[in-house]
Amino acid sequence: MASYEPKIVGFLCNWCTYAGADLAGTSRMQYPPNMRPIRVMCSSAVDSVYILRALLEGADGVFIGGCHPGDCHYVSGNYKARRRMVLFNSVMKSLGLDTDRVWLRWISAAEGRKFADTITEMTGHLSKKGPSAFKEKWEV
Amino acid sequence: MSDSGKVGAVLVVGGGIGGVQTALDLGDSGYKVYLVERASAIGGVMAMLDKTFPTNDCSMCILSPKLVAAGRHENIELMTQTEVLGVSGEPGNLKVRLKRYARSVDLAKCTGCGDCLTKCPVRDLPNEFEGGLSKRRAIYRMYAQAVPNAPTIDRTQCLKFTRDKCGACQKSCKAGAIDYTQQDEEIEVEVGSIVVAAGSKIAPTGLRPEYGHGRYPNVVTSLEYERILSASGPYSGHVKRPSDGKEPKRIAWLQCVGSRDDSVERGYCSAMCCMYAVKEAVITKEHAKHVEPAVFYMDMRSYGKDFDKYVERAEQQYGVRLVRARVAEVREDPETKNLVLRFAGDGGQRSQEFDMVVLSCGFVPPPELIELSKRLDFELDKYGFAATDQWGPIATTRDGVSVAGSFAQPMAIPEAVTGASGAAAAAEEVLAAERGKLAAVKEVPAETDVRGEAPRIGVFVCHCGINIGGVVRVPEVTEYARSLPHVVFAEENLYSCSGDTQEKIKDRIREHRLNRVVVASCSPRTHEPLFQATVTEAGLNPHLFAMTNIRDQCSWVHMKEPDKATEKSKDLVKMAVARALRLKPLPKVKLPVTKAGLVVGGGVAGMTSALALAGEGFDVFLVEQEKTLGGNARTIATTVEGDDVKARLEELVGKVTSHPRIKVYSGARIKAIDGFVGNFQTTLQREERGERREESLKHGAVVVATGAQYRTPTEYGYGQSDRVLSQKELEEILSGSRQSPVAIRQSQSIVMIQCVGSRDEERPYCSRICCAEAVKNGLKVKEVNPDADIYVLYRDIRTYGLREEYYRQARQKGVVFIRYSPEQKPEVRIEDGKPLVSVFDPILGQPVELSPDLLVLSSGLVPQAGSDELAKMLKVPLNADGFFLEAHMKLRPVDFATEGVFMAGLCHFPKFIDEAAAQAKAAAGRAATILSRDTLEAEATVASVNPDRCSACHMCEGLCAYRAIEVKTINERTGKQAAVVNEALCKGCGACAANCRSLAIDIRGFQAENISREIAALLD
Repeated sequence: MASYEPKIVGFLCNWCTYAGADLAGTSRMQYPPNMRPIRVMCSSAVDSVYILRALLEGADGVFIGGCHPGDCHYVSGNYKARRRMVLFNSVMKSLGLDTDRVWLRWISAAEGRKFADTITEMTGHLSKKGPSAFKEKWEV
Repeated sequence: MSDSGKVGAVLVVGGGIGGVQTALDLGDSGYKVYLVERASAIGGVMAMLDKTFPTNDCSMCILSPKLVAAGRHENIELMTQTEVLGVSGEPGNLKVRLKRYARSVDLAKCTGCGDCLTKCPVRDLPNEFEGGLSKRRAIYRMYAQAVPNAPTIDRTQCLKFTRDKCGACQKSCKAGAIDYTQQDEEIEVEVGSIVVAAGSKIAPTGLRPEYGHGRYPNVVTSLEYERILSASGPYSGHVKRPSDGKEPKRIAWLQCVGSRDDSVERGYCSAMCCMYAVKEAVITKEHAKHVEPAVFYMDMRSYGKDFDKYVERAEQQYGVRLVRARVAEVREDPETKNLVLRFAGDGGQRSQEFDMVVLSCGFVPPPELIELSKRLDFELDKYGFAATDQWGPIATTRDGVSVAGSFAQPMAIPEAVTGASGAAAAAEEVLAAERGKLAAVKEVPAETDVRGEAPRIGVFVCHCGINIGGVVRVPEVTEYARSLPHVVFAEENLYSCSGDTQEKIKDRIREHRLNRVVVASCSPRTHEPLFQATVTEAGLNPHLFAMTNIRDQCSWVHMKEPDKATEKSKDLVKMAVARALRLKPLPKVKLPVTKAGLVVGGGVAGMTSALALAGEGFDVFLVEQEKTLGGNARTIATTVEGDDVKARLEELVGKVTSHPRIKVYSGARIKAIDGFVGNFQTTLQREERGERREESLKHGAVVVATGAQYRTPTEYGYGQSDRVLSQKELEEILSGSRQSPVAIRQSQSIVMIQCVGSRDEERPYCSRICCAEAVKNGLKVKEVNPDADIYVLYRDIRTYGLREEYYRQARQKGVVFIRYSPEQKPEVRIEDGKPLVSVFDPILGQPVELSPDLLVLSSGLVPQAGSDELAKMLKVPLNADGFFLEAHMKLRPVDFATEGVFMAGLCHFPKFIDEAAAQAKAAAGRAATILSRDTLEAEATVASVNPDRCSACHMCEGLCAYRAIEVKTINERTGKQAAVVNEALCKGCGACAANCRSLAIDIRGFQAENISREIAALLD
């Protein structure tokens, strides 16, 4: 178990969280290298299928980062993402699956610190939790 | 220079948000722009702010895209560390002498990697940008997101210049950008017009030495406090006090420092401090819940759109304490470094202890601008702001020189941005015939057709000096890239963004017949456009390019884990290659533009906008529902400043009706507006000789200027006695157009009640103009009848900005101001046809009975009737109060989210004539960015629908914030329905695609297939 390194797929919205992650970089804030970012234009563009796909392919966690409520570059995309997340979680629950492997967080372009902290926290959380059994369970 | 002898270029002085907006509007409208800034980077004061009111938007997040856009705009030449020496010539053809100070860093070579910043041994200099709360070195970057991102050398401190030693920065710079031999130089540019957007500074705290700033470490200015709050500031956003780094529990804001203070010759109100103080208090509570913020103020001037609601939320939800008191003195407890405030409050002198004090400093014109005004030969007002005219608040006293932003008078960001777009319009009016003459023409080679070819991917991995290469093993990553399927070429570069590498990439594309390009380097947010331009120059469609960020999100954040960072880089490259595999060339969608504007509403705003648009060289249709032009201004005699409104209005109507490019449709109603940006079609209805006629107009942009209405009071006995009037009726009496029930000359006393039907539950907004109107009419009554007693019953006097002066005059002339609270409103009885007023006077501590000859009610403005109908036709929103809602409260104050539609005047929110005129000009300036083009290029990364899959469920329609997708019948014969995307309106957010239950929608460039492949590549 000691060598277990959680694999996290990240979907970062172009305008806030991706920019916040860049700021963490320019500010040289260190966080664990477990997340692989994918840039999307808006958190509302993160199809539930992407999340499922990542989990089915063996990701231990999925991170979605969007703008703070009220700040969305596309007026209300983050609210749509939030709504979808609620639905997604209820589906996960009814299938008897973990809901704490998928994190949706609001991180602004100025919150480099928050980005680094969040990724650190998520990596820690998943390390404690252990690898996801999703892939094995649902492999057809 | 053209035949007319005019030059199609504009000099913009000042690189704050005002100057940047002017430059962008002009650049987008086909003019060459020289953007001159004295500092080493653009951004101004807004770059220093943490959040902005009333939306709490992060300031840098909304500003930075504008800075980047200005930095790489093909028509904007950024000239930092430059100042104006002098100007000669005539409007239309001006020669400007400039002095550029040596940066000692070659902007063409510097990649912004920042290696030099850590090597400089001079490390204890106060960081001015951070208010001195942190240190900088002798070579430094103004702030992390600075544009240009290159550092500058402080020659007064650098050892190379002071002692001719060191040279550490030069040694560390792998790009060879450090150049100690650079000299200050004088340059001359030719322009047709000049816009001064030189900004303002916060008032020096020396104006109030008794508050102890500079002596007591825990007394900070509001701007220093912004940096404390900022996540990228000296304390990383932790609320700490400077003396001991401890979290303060009690923080006080002291308002009006260097404002509303005649004793220091700052008699004006700085217009935005009340709001920024409340905002800082709110944000503080968000950062640190236990803090108890208190704001000490005189009048709460939350007069803007949604401002009162914000202040109410601050009090009720955040527990911000608002204390109506002016603090006399601040003393420090030398032991604890806490601060004791002395002030007059309920029950006499009081004192209270705080852990930290923030001084809400007002704004002053930068003193060095006195010199600039001399060099450019325009006049300043008595405070040192640029002198302007009310009806042309953008023009200075010199022809061809306009002013934008807070250098005209203290103003918040939206007004500065408005003025900036207005100043762009003013410059365009002078140079209408020169449009496009000096604009850059990009030559792009023909695009190679790659359809049907097998993917041939080239990968370029960047060292970024040692920024990536110092952590990630770049050769190993490059080798790995070479092993990936379809990768036919891979190589590493020292700096992928440098000019010579761009050439190299182009060569490689040709040599290896690459049809997909991947660059692994820094952030696509800053560099993707650069590489896209490069591949375009090599004949590839820009969307055949994929970028991955192995610096900002890898090497910089995993500096101590080179193995893992290298693994992550490999993964990121693998993902990018997987994405590149399925990239498709995206077509450029070009839409023609009808070069005419429609202005809805013929009041001051509408007419000003129409004139500006016509002056810019576009045809204008001006539609007014009434038979005559003029709107609300027809009922106003003079402004508080004493301008003759009637005469000005006549002049304006004359200009509009005689302008060959303006066609006025009065007595007309709009029946329908169809189409989209660049291509609108409007159906008008009007009566002509007893016949109802319809007419259809084609235009490329719309300006909504439908105004607002004076509200007719229903309270305080209005309608029960002819001695109870509205403020508007008193104005009419004073101008002689209405009979007074009691002659003003014979009136012994007049009572005015403010906020009648404003700032209450039904209308929770401030009507903004009523305080100044009451002051104006009070002064006028005093002129006619100096012995009349005038009482103004108010909640807060909101004579913001330079209007404060008239409030002072009114008090000096004996107008009595009595404050009332919303809990204890005045009471009015009508006895024998005369009003009797009773009000509780908080200063006397008892009720006062008044029996005036006239009772005047300031009952504010309400939205124009029919606004909702027009809103529906244009597909634009109204706010909760019924006023039109702009695209962004701070940075897009006259734009709607729907492209091609703009607004001006009272339909946006109550405002004064000068503000409406500035907005009207701004709307014309913004509209020109569209009308000046022959074609518009729609965003390529938009939604596309597979009609075979679409089940026409309509789900996507409701999700689209831009109303860009609609289910239509796509085959008349079969009746087949499917969603259709209007590519001109779609912004490519992807909300529709992610929610499509039939999997029929995709975002071009972000197709589900690409993203799925990326995920699969990572996890296989």
